[in-house]
Amino acid sequence: MAASDFSRLIAAAADTIAAHAEELTALDQAIGDGDHGLNMQRGFEAVRAEADAFAAKSLPDALTAVGTKLVMTVGGASGPLFGTLFMALGRELPPAPDRAALTAALGKAIEAVSARGKSQPGQKTMLDVLQPVYEALAQGKAGTEIAEAADRAADATVPMKALRGRASFLGERSIGHMDAGARSTALLVRAVAETVEGF
Amino acid sequence: MSNVGIVIVSHSPLVAEGTADMVRQMVGDEVPLAWCGGNGHGGLGTSVEAIMGAIDKAWSEAGVAILVDLGGAETNSEMAVEMIGEPRSHKIVVCNAPIVEGAVMAATEASGGASLKEVVATAHELSPS
Repeated sequence: MAASDFSRLIAAAADTIAAHAEELTALDQAIGDGDHGLNMQRGFEAVRAEADAFAAKSLPDALTAVGTKLVMTVGGASGPLFGTLFMALGRELPPAPDRAALTAALGKAIEAVSARGKSQPGQKTMLDVLQPVYEALAQGKAGTEIAEAADRAADATVPMKALRGRASFLGERSIGHMDAGARSTALLVRAVAETVEGF
Repeated sequence: MSNVGIVIVSHSPLVAEGTADMVRQMVGDEVPLAWCGGNGHGGLGTSVEAIMGAIDKAWSEAGVAILVDLGGAETNSEMAVEMIGEPRSHKIVVCNAPIVEGAVMAATEASGGASLKEVVATAHELSPS
């Protein structure tokens, strides 16, 4: 990936998080501690501020740098979880990945996020979006289809009962609300799918 | 200092500092002790950077036991340990114990020269398994 492409990717990710920050916070206020939008926006703006330096690195190093920056700036549990996602992608991806390499790396990254959060798909978390995205990637789906699958997967967290994170304290009362982390994951997936050529 | 160090990580700086006060009252200066709380932006939360700093401050070659409150404090503490990396990460344990009782009991055990394993076991006895 060319440096300019990685810069555009960062801008697209930061833009979509900023545009939806209030929505993410509202989702988190319903069943969490209400800081998800602000936290994610702070993190992605910090990444945006160093976009040029990150984009000058190889793709694996750039992703690792993004992950580390998110860990240090997002705060809350989302920092380590999204940070781990990017750091694991940085660890697993070759400098110029094809679809198969991307799919394999995302699979490993999902395992890393799962270990970090001690969580599995079905527990109303970001994993409930990442797993269908992985499956869509593996099936060779086009970018738009993958983005749609991510949106559907985020919607599908609404009837789930939260088993991890602050929302799990609410038990049955967490049912009926979309998970904020699932929503922000779907936003990021769409940003990537719409930015990367031939995704 | 050769005693195991204790790190207290709460979402609230007030809870973290208050817990540290209680530990100090119990064990004086016999145990390296550090605390952190808050998201680094004036709000409730935990910060990986602050946790890494607290681990440095309470560092002991005998190891460091971390006591946490809610889930994010645990996740961020585990991330901090991973980012500190080997070989020190092998001597840092995030305890599964109530933060106040765990910190006081762990520090009391540590003040007698107990190993990291013994300190952590003392804290874990407070948690229903």
